[in-house]
Amino acid sequence: MAHAAHTDNDVHSDRPSIFNPWRWLNSTNHKDIGTMYLIFAIVAGLVGGGMSGLMRWELMEPGIQVFNGGMWGDAHNYNVVITMHGLIMIFFMVMPALIGGFGNWFVPIMIGAPDMAFPRMNNISFWLMPASLALGVLSTFVPGTGSGNGFGGSWVLYPPLSTSGHPGPAMDLLILSLHIAGISSILGSINFITTILNMRAPGMTMFKMPLFVWAIFYTVWLLVLSLPVLAGALTMLLTDRNFGTGFFDPAQGGDPVMFQHLFWFFGHPEVYILILPGFGIVSQIISTFSKKPVFGYLGMVFAMGMIGFVGFIVWAHHMFTVGMDVNLKAYFVAATMVIAVPTGIKIFSWIATMWGGSIRFSVPMMWAIGFIFVFTIGGVTGVALANSSFDVIVHDTYYVVAHFHYTMSLGAVFTIFAGFYYWLPKMSGYKYNSFLGTVHFWLTFIGVNTVFFPQHFLGLQGMPRRYVDYAEVFAYFNKISTIGYVITAVGVLVFLLMLLECFIMKRKAGNNPWGDGADTLEWTLSSPPPFHQFSEPPVFEDKGWH
Amino acid sequence: MKLIDYAKNIGLLATIALMTNVNIVQAAEGPVDKGITLQPAASEVAHDIASFHNAVLMPVMVGISLLVLVLLIYVGIRFNEKANPKPATFTHNVPLEIAWTAVPVLILIFIAIFSFPLLYKEDVTPAKYDVTVKVTGNQWYWSYEYPDADGISLTANMLSEEEAKAQNKPFQFATDAALVVPVNKVVRVQITASDVIHSWALPAFGVKIDAVPGTLNETWFKAERTGTFYGQCSEICGIRHAFMPIEIKVVTDTEYAAWLASHKTADASPVQLAQAQ
Repeated sequence: MAHAAHTDNDVHSDRPSIFNPWRWLNSTNHKDIGTMYLIFAIVAGLVGGGMSGLMRWELMEPGIQVFNGGMWGDAHNYNVVITMHGLIMIFFMVMPALIGGFGNWFVPIMIGAPDMAFPRMNNISFWLMPASLALGVLSTFVPGTGSGNGFGGSWVLYPPLSTSGHPGPAMDLLILSLHIAGISSILGSINFITTILNMRAPGMTMFKMPLFVWAIFYTVWLLVLSLPVLAGALTMLLTDRNFGTGFFDPAQGGDPVMFQHLFWFFGHPEVYILILPGFGIVSQIISTFSKKPVFGYLGMVFAMGMIGFVGFIVWAHHMFTVGMDVNLKAYFVAATMVIAVPTGIKIFSWIATMWGGSIRFSVPMMWAIGFIFVFTIGGVTGVALANSSFDVIVHDTYYVVAHFHYTMSLGAVFTIFAGFYYWLPKMSGYKYNSFLGTVHFWLTFIGVNTVFFPQHFLGLQGMPRRYVDYAEVFAYFNKISTIGYVITAVGVLVFLLMLLECFIMKRKAGNNPWGDGADTLEWTLSSPPPFHQFSEPPVFEDKGWH
Repeated sequence: MKLIDYAKNIGLLATIALMTNVNIVQAAEGPVDKGITLQPAASEVAHDIASFHNAVLMPVMVGISLLVLVLLIYVGIRFNEKANPKPATFTHNVPLEIAWTAVPVLILIFIAIFSFPLLYKEDVTPAKYDVTVKVTGNQWYWSYEYPDADGISLTANMLSEEEAKAQNKPFQFATDAALVVPVNKVVRVQITASDVIHSWALPAFGVKIDAVPGTLNETWFKAERTGTFYGQCSEICGIRHAFMPIEIKVVTDTEYAAWLASHKTADASPVQLAQAQ
């Protein structure tokens, strides 16, 4: 009986039809759940990207053109859009794509496991996400403040703007939405930790794991340690709003700045949560297409660990203007600058991996190399901002917007596309059109740099962020920025076209389309992999590559 | 305390300032069309910040970015499939790894040498200050008080486009009540908010400080020349966040005295009126 089930698992025919709703709703299969996360992330990315379109449209020229009380609402609705853009991109696009999507798909395969440790918990981790997104979207349609619907206080949710400043139910829905997203992430993280610690194939010791697995391992620890703090802060907001507590209300002895400390104790590790999986993906890709082992594997592992650890003790560099004690500021300056060291190790190790290699400029490789460059720019402006003495002049200006979009919108998103182009043949079984992928890369690279590079200038000149309207003097670079958005948007269309073409043409990819450099376990399986893989543990040959 | 003394004594910033200060004589104030640098500085602290950015941070940032770019281009040309068909297999180079750990540490220490003294200089209000103003952030305007001048108080709302045009002032920066302070005097700013968090920014003086309800924050500046300077609210505070600018007029001592005198009579508080009766 068991034997029969075992053989059944290895044939393709037991894969349920994709039109069977139960395959998706009840799924306990890590690859199906990974696919759902990726589709969810693409949908959320289109929504969040559309919101940036509204913002760039509004900011194309001075004056209020879009949020002028017409069909898009007024300046409050602009604030709602910037809020939702941030939350959607972070919680519903980057995290689901990198952790839920690629993590679910490839962590079990890369360590030679048949599935995740807790397959049913994996199911609920995913299905909480649409519920969370639905609550978030719903919040934009119910009263927030005054006559305006939705919460317009930006993704940082600072009280009193998020308590007495937004008395309507919109903020309560948003709190609930983030609570549910947090539960989803914590459950998923427990699953990854258990899987990675307990389900490695024989011979796959921790220090033989591919760097992507290490990256996910660190990421989920960051989530488990930081999300409860966010949950606590959100709960205090909720009770402040509804049950008369005064944690953040000075009239009752509370302190609004306390919320900022709690929020950024979560919020700063969060930005490493968004980028660490990408670091792992880039390491896999650089090694694969240089046909050369990762340079300084151990250094890379410890650098990520150090980034994760230091990421927890630098949070108040987001709060240099709140009126902190000057010695405390000095500490946060020093601690923050330290992060540049392990990040530098990673950048140089990637270049050293390419050094002496035999580099093929496939589409994923282009995204990975593009990532190294844009992330370096985001990194050096980060070192500048770490200095409270300089930060004070550009704090909450477009300089900060440019900085974190260079690390996130360019950095993290480039790694998502790199991973997507790297693993699409494995996940779908089909080769994609490299020309379309290349066009997508260049349009995006030129587009996003055009959007965000001029914003450094706007910030230095003093243009504050989260402004629906700006003075005439800031018009020039805002216009360029909006032109960049249009270029990027065309790139997104090319991406969708590439996907469509890939699934229409159905060119078989074969087990390993990338050649000798691709030596992790996923490339030993068919494309797409069997519905259940590694019913017997795979033989792991350590070539010392990843 | 030692660190503060160190901050005061160190001459390095002054040297850097001499090396790079091209902004001292500049006609335009505030942001300029197509401007790509910091606004012209109007206080010593702002000059120091500009020097720190232009002479310390910028060379480091540009240098590292270019180094990475050049290395990427070089490996792309030298080690692509055609140029180098047979990949090497090395995975370690201990001296190199030590170097790219140690050199960034040295660069960071180099930055810190300039950064920390400046941080303390900015943050610590000089023991001898001349004027105190109290700033309160409100949705969506600023109010100012002069506690040492019989409690003169002002309320600053943004001028509409027509009003600004009529007064020949920049729209979205100009207000109906400028904060008036004397030139070359240490102005201590105490700041709070009445409803939600706001942030009071004056880029030309290197000042940005949050207005937090229930908290009295403090900062300071010393304007080095007369003129009108502008800033904008820098913490999201609701629907009219973009429309509560800060206008500050720096005047000579005599003008300041005259202004105070005129406001004491014109703007007497209800308490004073009651006392007079």
